[in-house]
Amino acid sequence: MFDFSIVTGWIHNLLTSFLPYGLAVFVECVAIGIGIMIAYALIAIIMIFMERKVCAAFQCRLGPMRVGPQGTVQIFCDVIKMLTKEIVKIREADKFLYNLAPYVVIAASVLAFSCLPVNKGMEVLDFNVGVFFLLAASSIGVVGILLAGWSSNNKYSLIGAMRSGAQMVSYELSTGLSILTIVVLTDTMQLSEIVARQADGWFIFKGHVSAVIAFIIYLIAGNAEVNRGPFDLPEAESELTAGYHTEYSGMHFGLFYVAEFVNLFIISGVATTIFLGGWMPLHIPGWEGFNAVMDFIPGFVWFFGKAFFVVWLLMWIKWTFPRLRIDQILTLEWKYLIPLGLVNLLLMVIIVVFKLHF
Amino acid sequence: MDFSLQTIVFLFLATVIIVCSILTVTTRKILRAATYLLFVLFSTAGIYFQINYSFLGAVQLLIYAGGITVLYVFSILLTYSQRKKGDRLKSSKVVAGLTATLAGLGLCLFITLTHPFTPSHFEFGELDIKTIGFSLMGMGKYQYVLPFEVISILLLACIIGGILIARRR
Repeated sequence: MFDFSIVTGWIHNLLTSFLPYGLAVFVECVAIGIGIMIAYALIAIIMIFMERKVCAAFQCRLGPMRVGPQGTVQIFCDVIKMLTKEIVKIREADKFLYNLAPYVVIAASVLAFSCLPVNKGMEVLDFNVGVFFLLAASSIGVVGILLAGWSSNNKYSLIGAMRSGAQMVSYELSTGLSILTIVVLTDTMQLSEIVARQADGWFIFKGHVSAVIAFIIYLIAGNAEVNRGPFDLPEAESELTAGYHTEYSGMHFGLFYVAEFVNLFIISGVATTIFLGGWMPLHIPGWEGFNAVMDFIPGFVWFFGKAFFVVWLLMWIKWTFPRLRIDQILTLEWKYLIPLGLVNLLLMVIIVVFKLHF
Repeated sequence: MDFSLQTIVFLFLATVIIVCSILTVTTRKILRAATYLLFVLFSTAGIYFQINYSFLGAVQLLIYAGGITVLYVFSILLTYSQRKKGDRLKSSKVVAGLTATLAGLGLCLFITLTHPFTPSHFEFGELDIKTIGFSLMGMGKYQYVLPFEVISILLLACIIGGILIARRR
């Protein structure tokens, strides 16, 4: 496998050769920050295009076709449109909080995004407590949504924000529990280490039934946590116009929109990293020739391939199932998913203690 | 004075903490106070990350920024119906508050300046998560299973109390 840390190490040596150490680190931090922002924007654009095409395919339509070949330039035009639109100012609203809210949401999303290990040696935030930090970072987004709903001075926004808060806080428990199941299996919380442990088989295969149950719970809860799919109550357009971002226009609305899509990608990326082996290629024990061929495909291709496959699964769910009611959503979480998650965690502990896993 | 990157980052975080703390107690809109408090908690987490306590930093983010602040904002949204600003403080209260603050500041400064700090045995690098886990759940000396269980019972009592209050049938 190609180790990306060769490139980063070379850049580091180059910079420290003619800059003082502190300044070199600063320049690297700025460069990485810009890199993350560009990757974030690119992934958002790809995701929006994919959403429109996948949605169209499930509804027997073609989707955007006019602008560019197969409609590929459409999203760039939409971005330019969004950037040039006026940002409406609301009377009687708390201006400071109103303007702040989208940035809180986007900051939480970027923090979680930079935890994803894309390739070998290509992880930005790689703490000892990586999984824990990821959960912490993604839990901050709720504050932004609640602030947005409150400061819009609009009843629909407020109801949407309250629903969203209740939903996201509840479903965080289930995502946490299912990730914890895999942490029990690996005995590490460092994301790069979790990927490295899957060199001889992805966890969804290694962890027996327990890992499969955890994967399914994670997909359901993750979908609910990013307010999508059958769980998109906070912005149920038939009841609440657009939920917490009703009053937002221009790029402020764009930030919410982008954050929603990239959060979907983050959920898929985390599912990929934890259950599907991250950037590890598919290895089947015994098939040496097959494994050697698979090793030729670079890691980031594996990562993005798997992540977009999970994204596609979640979009399939979104465009297939009708929306749930708020009480149904909370019942699903508190009466079914959490007890199931806890029992599943116990099952995984039994499997690990008696060494029943592969 | 030598300004390394570490010092600059620390000074930045410290300034954010001080300014936002003052804004938290001086603003008259309650939701703004909660937001400024969020920034204070963020910057504290930043300082923990700067001194490589990534576990403590992540806990700070998860419990305080992601948990307690959300709880505050939620309860403000549920209970605070009028969009009016808080009343202006009476001057006697301002004087009392200022005196208490200055006394607290004096006490803290006195203790910090007179305490003989032992040189720290700081190990560079991150703490292993296994060490943290064993010291949280271990039963030996300097290990914390008893406080852990006591707090769990307290939380259980809180949950039962909350259900009792909320479902009065």
